[in-house]
Amino acid sequence: MADTAQKSMAVSETEVAIEITNMSKWYGDFNVLRDINFKVMKGERIVIAGPSGSGKSTLIRCINRLEEHQKGHIVVGGNELTSDLKKIDEVRREVGMVFQHFNLFPHLTIMQNLTLAPIWVRKTPKKEAEEVAMHYLERVKIPEQADKYPGQLSGGQQQRVAIARSLCMNPEIMLFDEPTSALDPEMIKEVLDVMVKLAEDGMTMLCVTHEMGFARQVANRVMFMDQGQIIEQNEPEEFFSNPQHERTKEFLSQILH
Amino acid sequence: MSKSSNSSVAYVRKTMVDKMPAPNMSKGIVGWMRTNLFSSIGNTILTLISAYVIYVALAGLFSFALGSAIFEGTGGADCRVEGSGACWPYIGDRFDFMIYGFYPESEYWRPDLTFAVGAILLFLLATPRIPGKMISGGLFLVVFPFAAYFLMAGGGFTGLEEVPTEKWGGLMLTLVVAVTGIVASFPIGVLLALGRRSEMPLVKSVCVVFIELWRGVPLITVLFMASVMLPLFLPEGTNFDKLIRALVGVTLFTAAYTAEVVRGGLQAIDKGQYEAADALGMNYFQATLLIILPQALKLVIPGIVNNSISLFKDTTLVSIVGLIDLLGAVKASTATGDWTAPSIPITGYFFAALIFWVFTFTMSRYSQYMEKRLDTGHKN
Ligand SMILES: Nc1ncnc2c1ncn2[C@@H]1O[C@H](COP(=O)(O)OP(=O)(O)OP(=O)(O)O)[C@@H](O)[C@H]1O
Ligand SMILES: [Mg+2]
Repeated sequence: MADTAQKSMAVSETEVAIEITNMSKWYGDFNVLRDINFKVMKGERIVIAGPSGSGKSTLIRCINRLEEHQKGHIVVGGNELTSDLKKIDEVRREVGMVFQHFNLFPHLTIMQNLTLAPIWVRKTPKKEAEEVAMHYLERVKIPEQADKYPGQLSGGQQQRVAIARSLCMNPEIMLFDEPTSALDPEMIKEVLDVMVKLAEDGMTMLCVTHEMGFARQVANRVMFMDQGQIIEQNEPEEFFSNPQHERTKEFLSQILH
Repeated sequence: MSKSSNSSVAYVRKTMVDKMPAPNMSKGIVGWMRTNLFSSIGNTILTLISAYVIYVALAGLFSFALGSAIFEGTGGADCRVEGSGACWPYIGDRFDFMIYGFYPESEYWRPDLTFAVGAILLFLLATPRIPGKMISGGLFLVVFPFAAYFLMAGGGFTGLEEVPTEKWGGLMLTLVVAVTGIVASFPIGVLLALGRRSEMPLVKSVCVVFIELWRGVPLITVLFMASVMLPLFLPEGTNFDKLIRALVGVTLFTAAYTAEVVRGGLQAIDKGQYEAADALGMNYFQATLLIILPQALKLVIPGIVNNSISLFKDTTLVSIVGLIDLLGAVKASTATGDWTAPSIPITGYFFAALIFWVFTFTMSRYSQYMEKRLDTGHKN
């Protein structure tokens, strides 16, 4: 089953979505990320795992410049991230992000949450933005909630709205930072279903998650981080059945019981 | 066990008894008083003392304002009655002065019209159900202040008789100072609050210094500086209107306080809101205007209203620089002409207090209403 899914999700051979070379980051004296190197092709789906504090969030937040790196290069969709604000804005428009705690705008309705950025950032006419929003709300299966406020929705519904909100900007790449770890177990599936669907449609995705079922089903690479370094990366089957590194084995034995 | 329920036992009732009403003691007014006012001996004593105090206060107030008040008369003599309460004919006689100061009587329609238009615009703006907030807001905040000034001051191109601001006074002046102070200080305060949180060191320090400077000085001093010292710094011959000087002082003073209240609201906004806005590609102004401020300002409505109430009462300090506001007008009128009697100053101050209270209480109720209404109540 996983195989058929894999096949339909074509990975580009030539188009590079993200390229990170010799990248390091410090908080004061603390070296959070050490010499990170990897390349993500268009259409690739990467799952990042690792113990708490290993720098997973920091890494993906560097990709849309929510955090600044101090050394090395990050190139996203052909734009290198430097202090050039224009480039940063360009990258952010192409990269969607989903947070652990949803971060919906509580003072706006679901529809307004979805149309705000398209209207103000992309200058889409309101009517068109609403049509697009409705389309994505249908895709995440909650069109009937359009006029409610985020606080009136369940956690799972809020996270699906957050995904739809990112999609409304029509991004090339989606970043997920533990999208299901603030959710009750019965809501995790509804969010993962949406993410699987997104992967099948060919979205380039980087997901920090400990949902190993999801990793097996959609990822074409799993990266394992520890103490600010990527210490191992492999295809999911290999990664789970034949981990190389001692820390990886230890980590897997903990999360797979 | 199950067996005994089938067999008929003589002492077991077979039909349900109707529900009895709840014991009288826990219901209705009596029950409420029992639990809230007389639940213990200590509470009972406190209740009785409070009831007595309230009674004495209300009885005194009633007797002063109505019971033993004098309603008719033509001069102080009519009110010089042993044991009499308020002297209302004095208020009636000096009413115009208390409301308009020295504004010429034939031109009263100008402040009246200004007030009416202002009240209507404010009502349109403040009632959530009425649409078109952009229009009413723009009219009230931008067009109205200038229109009001030219209508009331006249002269120049208006073709109206010129009434210099020295002649403005009474409640009219109080409202001019309060409304200008409240309305003009708000945007300045918001900008200062944003500036204080800015990452640009220069902007930040300017805002910090400004805020701390103004907050560290009493309003009285500000007004003194504005009226006495400001002219010393300005080139000779520039004659700044006294009222405008006071308005600038009051506005900047209030802005410093507003800034700190707003900053509190900004601090309460979750970091995730900024990050979500950034991740969607919004710039600083979009994120601030569309996401951060709407949430932060909602949180600080009580603080802002509190400031406004405070300012409304502090407008009385403009009498320090020779402007005659409502309180000043009352004070000035207590000893004029024939109106002299022991009860007259008390009546005057009572009247002024009543007007101040009506305005501030309205503000306070409105803020409670808005707080409830804006509370979508569901936080992430
Ligand atoms: N703003 C900051 N200032 C200083 N240190 C920070 C900051 N943010 C994160 N860190 C530190 O950087 C390290 C990596 O944090 P990060 O949030 O990337 O970890 P993570 O792998 O996402 O962990 P988790 O699974 O708990 O989310 C942690 O040790 C954390 O304490
Ligand atoms: Mg994290």
